[in-house]
Amino acid sequence: MSFISYLITGISLGSVYAIIALGYTMVYGIAKMLNFAHGDVIMVGGYVVFVAVSNMGVNPYVALLISMATCTILGVTIERVAYKPLRGTSPLAVLITAIGVSYLLQNLALLIFGADTKAFTSVVNVPNLELFDGQLTISGVTIVTVIACIIIMAVLTLFVKKTKAGRAMQAVSEDRGAAQLMGINVNGTIALTFAIGSALAAVAGVLLCSAYPSLTPYTGSMPGIKAFVAAVFGGIGSIPGAMIGGILLGIIENLSKAYISSQLSDAIVFGVLIIVLLVRPTGILGKNIQEKV
Amino acid sequence: MKKLKTMNKNTKSNMITYLMVIVAYVIVQIFVVTGNMSSLMEGLLVPVCTYVILAVSLNLTVGILGELSLGHAGFMCVGAFASALFSLGMKDSIENDLLRFIIAIIIAAVSAALAGILVGIPVLRLKGDYLAIVTLAFGEIIKNFINAIYLGVDANGLHFSMKDTMDLGMGADGTVLIKGAQGITGTPKCSTFTIAVILILISLVIINNLVNSRTGRAVMSIRDNRIAAESVGINITKYKLIAFTISASLAGVAGALYAHNLSTLMATPKNFGYNMSIMILVFVVLGGIGNMRGSVIAAILLTLLPELLRGLADYRMLIYAIVLIFMMLFNWSPQFINFRKKMMAKIKKDKKAEKEA
Repeated sequence: MSFISYLITGISLGSVYAIIALGYTMVYGIAKMLNFAHGDVIMVGGYVVFVAVSNMGVNPYVALLISMATCTILGVTIERVAYKPLRGTSPLAVLITAIGVSYLLQNLALLIFGADTKAFTSVVNVPNLELFDGQLTISGVTIVTVIACIIIMAVLTLFVKKTKAGRAMQAVSEDRGAAQLMGINVNGTIALTFAIGSALAAVAGVLLCSAYPSLTPYTGSMPGIKAFVAAVFGGIGSIPGAMIGGILLGIIENLSKAYISSQLSDAIVFGVLIIVLLVRPTGILGKNIQEKV
Repeated sequence: MKKLKTMNKNTKSNMITYLMVIVAYVIVQIFVVTGNMSSLMEGLLVPVCTYVILAVSLNLTVGILGELSLGHAGFMCVGAFASALFSLGMKDSIENDLLRFIIAIIIAAVSAALAGILVGIPVLRLKGDYLAIVTLAFGEIIKNFINAIYLGVDANGLHFSMKDTMDLGMGADGTVLIKGAQGITGTPKCSTFTIAVILILISLVIINNLVNSRTGRAVMSIRDNRIAAESVGINITKYKLIAFTISASLAGVAGALYAHNLSTLMATPKNFGYNMSIMILVFVVLGGIGNMRGSVIAAILLTLLPELLRGLADYRMLIYAIVLIFMMLFNWSPQFINFRKKMMAKIKKDKKAEKEA
């Protein structure tokens, strides 16, 4: 039974990674940049809900919506101010700017909220599920996280495949120049991608803090990196890939924490990533593009 | 003077870099000797040199080889631990501090180079962002792994464990050398500013000579066009690995310098994690990719900047972040570059008008 319960916690953690990874993967697919600040948007999302619920007594679900709105505005602003002026220049320059934005958000949070850990009250009030006469308990947060992940993934896939804006995203990610010639508003599409990615980050932040109720200015950075690993794992740019990568990563991390060594669990996660990339250099579901002269 | 004129452009530029380092060294030494330097600044001298070596060595990977590496701190970590372990173990056997430190540095360089080869063989098959994320992964693995190592020595020899100190099963006379996450304690403090500057000069000479050699040209041809380089018979794997290994080995040297400046060496996310690797990358990019002198200057300025802003207390890292973003926009954004050009043209025009008037 303990194995199953570890597995379920792993899937729950993995679902959070998957939601974050979706944001990473979409931004990467369209803007071709590693958005290092994505992890810190998660942290901002967590703080917004914390302030709204603990200090102002807002209903948790309303707080979630406020948090999503804040993160969306934040994401679009970051894109407009820091990344857009650098579009088309060296990817390294954009990467460093993203790192700068990440430092900025962390230090702003540090100034406003201080370095001490905030105890986050879970916004999820779904009762725990007991199976097999109480031998196996699945917490409400886990259930909500997994369901949220599946819904988000399904909605996102439909959005990208069926709507006009979604198809514009696909076109921009395939060939930006050609998409522009076809009359697609490239800047608008990229801004929309950042908006969606940041809103997802807010959801992920709330779920992450509900499952692991401690909030510091650095809460987002490690899950951010891990989610990026998950996105690469599943094949960056691919939406189902991010989902598979995230969940696999969560399971591997949790099982190695339980059975091998909690200290080495990160090393094992990264080790698996390396092996996957060596066998399939573009990730599990990534497209292999042949390089030509 | 005549010799200077006939000198090749590259050699001249390199000489300026060396001269700059030496002049900076002399000025700092004058300040130290006359007692005009605050103890805070004096304590920063060796770390600044460490960062300079790291920046220069990463610039070899990023600028000359053209691959983005986010795991540079991992190699530094290997070098730091290997050399600290050696110094701690040989504290009584080799009495001469300098000799012991030199051997420790060589050990750091060799062990980091070995790590570089081990990591490089699989990693260099990948490209672009995938390569970046795998180097990041390796860096984290190295850090995590070292955090889990326990090593002790007693009359029976070395004891090794991945669990805890008790698991070593040592005799009563045993001493624990590496205490897992608590790291290595009691490393002799051998790093001095003079040694550090000599190491900077050695690193610069190695890299500059490499860049201007046949090997260096082969490496740069791979950076500029991999397929073309391959088609003229350049062994891609070999040259990539050479550059990557040298870069790793110099990072190991910086690690040795770092380790021997502290009495307790721990592998924390702050000093050997990906944050550190990113910090070094920031030096390289702000200094100018492929420009060694730029790396030296950027590493010095950006290390001192947060310290100079110390008066602003909590706001210093915030300002650092804003400066970083603004500098990137200012240096790279097409709009800003145009704006700068316009301003320059205007200033020139004004000066001309003044002269004529």
